[in-house]
This record gives sequence, structure tokens and C-alpha cells, in this order.
Amino acid sequence: MSTHFTEEHQAFRRTLRAYVEKELAPHALEWDRAGIFPREVFRQCGALGFLGINHDPAWGGSGLDYWYVTAFCEELARSHNAGVNMALLVQSQIATPIIGEIGTDEQKAEFLAPALKGEKIAALAISEPGGGSDVAGIKTTARRVGGDFVLNGSKMWITNGTRADFLTCAVRTGGEGYPGISLLTVPTDIKGYGVSKKLDKIGNLASDTAILYFEDAKVPVRYLLGEENQGFAHIMSNFQGERLVAAIGTVAGMDLMVQEALAWGRERKAFGRPILGFQVWRHKFVEHLAAIEAARQLTYHAVDLFERKEYPVREISMAKLFAGDLAQRVAYDCQQFLGGMGYIDETHIARAWRDVRLVTIGGGTSEVMKEIISKLEGF
Amino acid sequence: MKILVTAKRVEDPESKIKVKADGSGIVQEGLKYKMNPFDEIAVEEGLRLTAKHGGEVVVVSIGPKDVQEQLRHALAMGAARAVWVNHPGPLDPMGAAGLLQKVVEKEKPDLCILGKQSIDDDQGQTGQYLAEWLGWSQGTFASKLDSLESEAEKAKAPAIELSADGKTLQVVREVDSGLATLACSLPAVVTTDLRLNQPRYASLPGIMKAKNKPIEELTPAGLGVDVGLQVEVLRMSPPPPRKAGVKVGDVQELFQKLKNEAKVL
Ligand SMILES: Cc1cc2nc3c(=O)[nH]c(=O)nc-3n(C[C@H](O)[C@H](O)[C@H](O)COP(=O)(O)OP(=O)(O)OC[C@H]3O[C@@H](n4cnc5c(N)ncnc54)[C@H](O)[C@@H]3O)c2cc1C
Repeated sequence: MSTHFTEEHQAFRRTLRAYVEKELAPHALEWDRAGIFPREVFRQCGALGFLGINHDPAWGGSGLDYWYVTAFCEELARSHNAGVNMALLVQSQIATPIIGEIGTDEQKAEFLAPALKGEKIAALAISEPGGGSDVAGIKTTARRVGGDFVLNGSKMWITNGTRADFLTCAVRTGGEGYPGISLLTVPTDIKGYGVSKKLDKIGNLASDTAILYFEDAKVPVRYLLGEENQGFAHIMSNFQGERLVAAIGTVAGMDLMVQEALAWGRERKAFGRPILGFQVWRHKFVEHLAAIEAARQLTYHAVDLFERKEYPVREISMAKLFAGDLAQRVAYDCQQFLGGMGYIDETHIARAWRDVRLVTIGGGTSEVMKEIISKLEGF
Repeated sequence: MKILVTAKRVEDPESKIKVKADGSGIVQEGLKYKMNPFDEIAVEEGLRLTAKHGGEVVVVSIGPKDVQEQLRHALAMGAARAVWVNHPGPLDPMGAAGLLQKVVEKEKPDLCILGKQSIDDDQGQTGQYLAEWLGWSQGTFASKLDSLESEAEKAKAPAIELSADGKTLQVVREVDSGLATLACSLPAVVTTDLRLNQPRYASLPGIMKAKNKPIEELTPAGLGVDVGLQVEVLRMSPPPPRKAGVKVGDVQELFQKLKNEAKVL
């Protein structure tokens, strides 16, 4: 165990593990099949302080360091339900940190505090039908009319989208490109806002993902998040937390996959011996264990820099890229090792193989990570 | 209401327990530990009672320094402070009850809640000795009429009821034939059964608060208790490994075997 974790981190980890194994894991398959999970889970996690870990105590957070967030992401992996994990992370580490950083007290009271309690569901609405990678190209407009912004356009693939109580939403308030983008907090009970469709996905099934629309939807100007036309930089900085939790959770998920595969391979026999006895598999798993350890250390390095407020875009992008790509190979091999059972959705590995495809796509694709890193490296 | 609850450190039943080759005990390496689940129920009931009637929960554990982990867990659940009786050696139920008696005399609680047994050696005697030696009334195997899915449980209502004059407790006990309801005058000792409540998880703010709550250290010598063993464990041996089962071809064969070989039909 890394030296970053003190006795209090470990005590938190024990609570997390008990909660995740008792309250989430037993429902993993049922919630996947239902395509949603109970709203109550947000409230439970809020009451236990899981959503406010590193947020400002003034708004219901605990004001703790990022290693507590790390423990949260790692233990969540044991739910065996990537959809629930994604929903909870969007709520606590993806859609809300930016409100804590640049929001007004009014916005924090109305949106952040109830989100950390799990009473209001949060969503981050950036991607659009026209594209997710090219954030500077978003088309949803917010025109100033009197004391309001009037929104028109559409958002696509929005996690928590069907039941979000508010959005942290990227809109175009100015001209073309990145200098014309602003962030708004948008309550979803306003006229002119709606859910066009709940999307049917191949994985992360328990998480609801939606297409949203705005048709002359009005929000007061005081819901501007940060300064007008300064949204792009804030979105990019907000992506860092999103990518970091993705990397941490992915490493923890790979660990579990390999451990489960190894346990299976000790019991399952073919041609008179346990399949883990075949050297071809033992060597493959050793390679994966070594790569997973490398991914973890890179990720922990990124966490360490992030915790020290060094804004480590390079390391975070590398961690997400490396863990995300590696997870595809690890999941493929674990599934292959399970044979037919790896294709049955009752096994954790079958579901993990299916869900893990998202890691190289959501929150910025692997190609986008490479573009970022190559720019930072100066080529 | 002042309530004293116990929090024993026990081997986590989910870790693999192996008996040492020489039979002198169990292999400690790689073992995980946790709070005795019955004690967790005791802490929970204490917290519910004080939430309703006011007062504080004091948690006590006997053992080596490591038991502070279980004390911190109880503090994180919401207990106000902790007492640690520093005793690294072996202990039998009479020794434990003797130490607890002294702690009770010092703390003067209105009520003691203990687990009905600890899941390591499952002796189930400490609560009874303690009540007897204190001369207090006792309600063992405390349970409740409502199910663990009931609204009362969801509202975290205590199952142990305090009379309007604050002098007696109503305790529902698990007995062989069902449930029996007892009235116990205070002060009293109650031991918890499994269906009394569903213990809460320690919240993150609770864990952070627990960090600064006091743990008072006491010793058997300081308390004036001789913890010499009345019952000594001479040797441990694992149960014989289970024999492999047999596969039967059909229901007919199963029936025949149950009837003629196992002779259970
Ligand atoms: C389950 C799920 C949940 C999501 N949740 C949210 C959410 O809550 N909020 C939100 O705002 N968005 C969300 N998204 C959207 C996600 O962020 C986008 O799908 C992602 O950023 C990719 O955008 P895109 O789908 O438009 O792909 P595109 O941008 O159209 O890219 C298509 C392909 O082109 C590649 N490509 C793009 N640019 C380059 C380049 N410069 N060089 C090389 N290749 C390139 C991409 O890597 C990709 O392979 C979610 C998506 C999914 C699937």
C-alpha cells in the first residue's frame, strides 16, 4: 500500500468497501438490466460523505486531500457496476468541482450543497450531436436578452441526463471558437428544456445517458459560471479531474479483473489440469500485472502532482491514455481466459469487458489525449 | 442516559483462518480483523438510544494497541469517547467481565450493551458474568419485533424501549420458541442478537471527527483485576476436511442412497 494513505484513509476505505460490497455490488446485474439505479444511492452516498470528500466544508464537503478521492474511486470498482460508478463520479468529481471553484455563493448554495448531499442530481453537459472532441466547436447558443440568457441547441451523451436536477453546461455566448464559450448552471425545471431521448448503450447500462434540448430556454444571468466567454479554459481544467478519476478507477478495475481471472484459472480445468497451469496464460497475466502496476504508479504520480496543485495535464493525460488502452487488452485476455463464461453477462469480467470500452472514448478520447501530449511535448 | 458499549477486535471471518501446525493457536499473518459484528450492533443500539433520550455512548475494548482501530471505528460511528484496557495477553470471559466490571464502576453508566458473543471463540458468557457481578438486571439476546426491513428500522428507532419514568427497559429477547419480552430495571446489562438493528456505516465526517476523540488507556493492574486464566486453551485443531461427495445419476438413486445409506428417510 502506498505511503500516501494514512490510517484515516484506510478507515475511509473500510467504510467504502463495506458500503460498496453490501449496498451496491449485490444489485449490479439487476440495475444493469433495469437501465437505471435507485436515486436513493445518491442520497446514501451523500449522507456518508462520499460525494463531498475534497469539496469545501462551507458547502457540505469534508475538505480532504485527493488520496481520499483516490480511495473512493478504487473501492467503487468493487461495485462491479461501471454505470453506477460513473454516475456517482459525475455527481461528485466531474460536474460539481468547477462550481466550487468559480461559482458564486448563490450558485454553491443552490446547486453544489444539495448535490454533495445527494439531493439534487448533477450532470455535465458539454458534448453535442455535432461533436465531443472539438469542444471549441460547440453550437448551443446562449443569447443575452435583458436579465436572462436564452438557450437554443442540443447536448448529447449526457450522463445522469434523464434525471439531472441541474446541468453544468457549456454554451456559446460569443463568436466562433474557444473565446466565445461560457459555462452556466442550468436548473432542469425551466421551460424550453427537455430530454429528447434516453440513449441505449452497449455498456455502463445502469447509468442513464441522454440527449437534451434547449428551445428558447431561459436562465437568469446570475447563473453564469465564472466570467462570460472564459468558459473554455475552465472546461479544460475541469477535464483534469474527470480524466484522473477515470484513470484511477480503470486501474482498480483491471486489478479486480485479473484477480478474478486468476481465481477462476486455479479452479477451471482443461486437459487434466488447471488452466492457470498453462505457461502461455501465466506469462500473459504476469505481463498484465506488471503493466497494471506501471499504470498505477503513473496514476499515483499524477494524483500526487494534482494534490500539490501543479496542474499536471501531461501526467493526467498520459495516465488516462495508458490505463484506458491497457484496460482493453487486459479485459480482452481475462474474457478470453474465461472462455464461454466470459461471454455471459452474469460474470463480472463479461460486463467489465463491455464497459471498459468507454474509457478510451469518454472524457476525451485516446486520440485527443495524444494530441494534448504531443502539443505539450512540442511536436 | 450514559451507555457503555463493548467493541472487541476479532478475526474477520472472510479471511482464511488456519490453525498453526503445533496447535498452539491460529496463524496471524495475513489475517484481517474487524469489530465483532454483535458489538457493532451494540454500538448502533447505544447510539440510537442516546439520539432519542440524550446522553452519551462510551466504548470500551480490551486487548493490545491494535484494538484502537475498533475503538476509532466506534467513535466514527458516533460514540463520544473510548476506554482502552491495555492487555495484550490471552483473556477468558471471566477476565473480560472482571475488567469490564471495574470500568463500569469507574464510568457509572446506566446501561451496558455487549454483543451476545464474539465471533472468534463464540463463548457467550461475558455479559452474564458482568451483570451477575455488578448485581444488575440483564436482558440477553436482545432482538426486536419489527423486521430489519420495517419503517422503524429505516427511521433508526431504538428497539430497546425506555419507560416514561426512565427507570426500566423493555427488551425483546430471542428464545428457542420465538420472542420473549422482559422488563429490566436500570441499571442493566443487555447483550445483542443479530436481528436487533442494522449498524450504520461510519461516515467520512464521522471518521474525521473520531480522530480527535479521546481514548483513555487503562491496565488490568491499574484496575486491580487479576486476569489469570480460569479457562485455558490447551490445543487447537482444524475440523477434519470434508470428504468428497458422490454424484448420483438420478432422483431414484438419490432416494435409495438417502434411505439405505444415509438412513435419513
Ligand atoms: C457513455 C458515455 C457517457 C458520456 N457522458 C458525457 C457527459 O456526461 N457529458 C459530456 O459532455 N459528454 C459525455 N460523453 C461524450 C464524450 O465525452 C464524447 O463521446 C467524446 O468526447 C468523444 O466525442 P465524439 O463522440 O463526438 O467523437 P468525435 O469527436 O466525433 O471523434 C470521433 C473519432 O475521431 C477521433 N478524433 C477526433 N479528433 C481527432 C484528432 N484531432 N486526431 C485524431 N483523431 C481524432 C476521436 O478520437 C474518435 O475516435 C459521454 C459519452 C459516452 C459514450
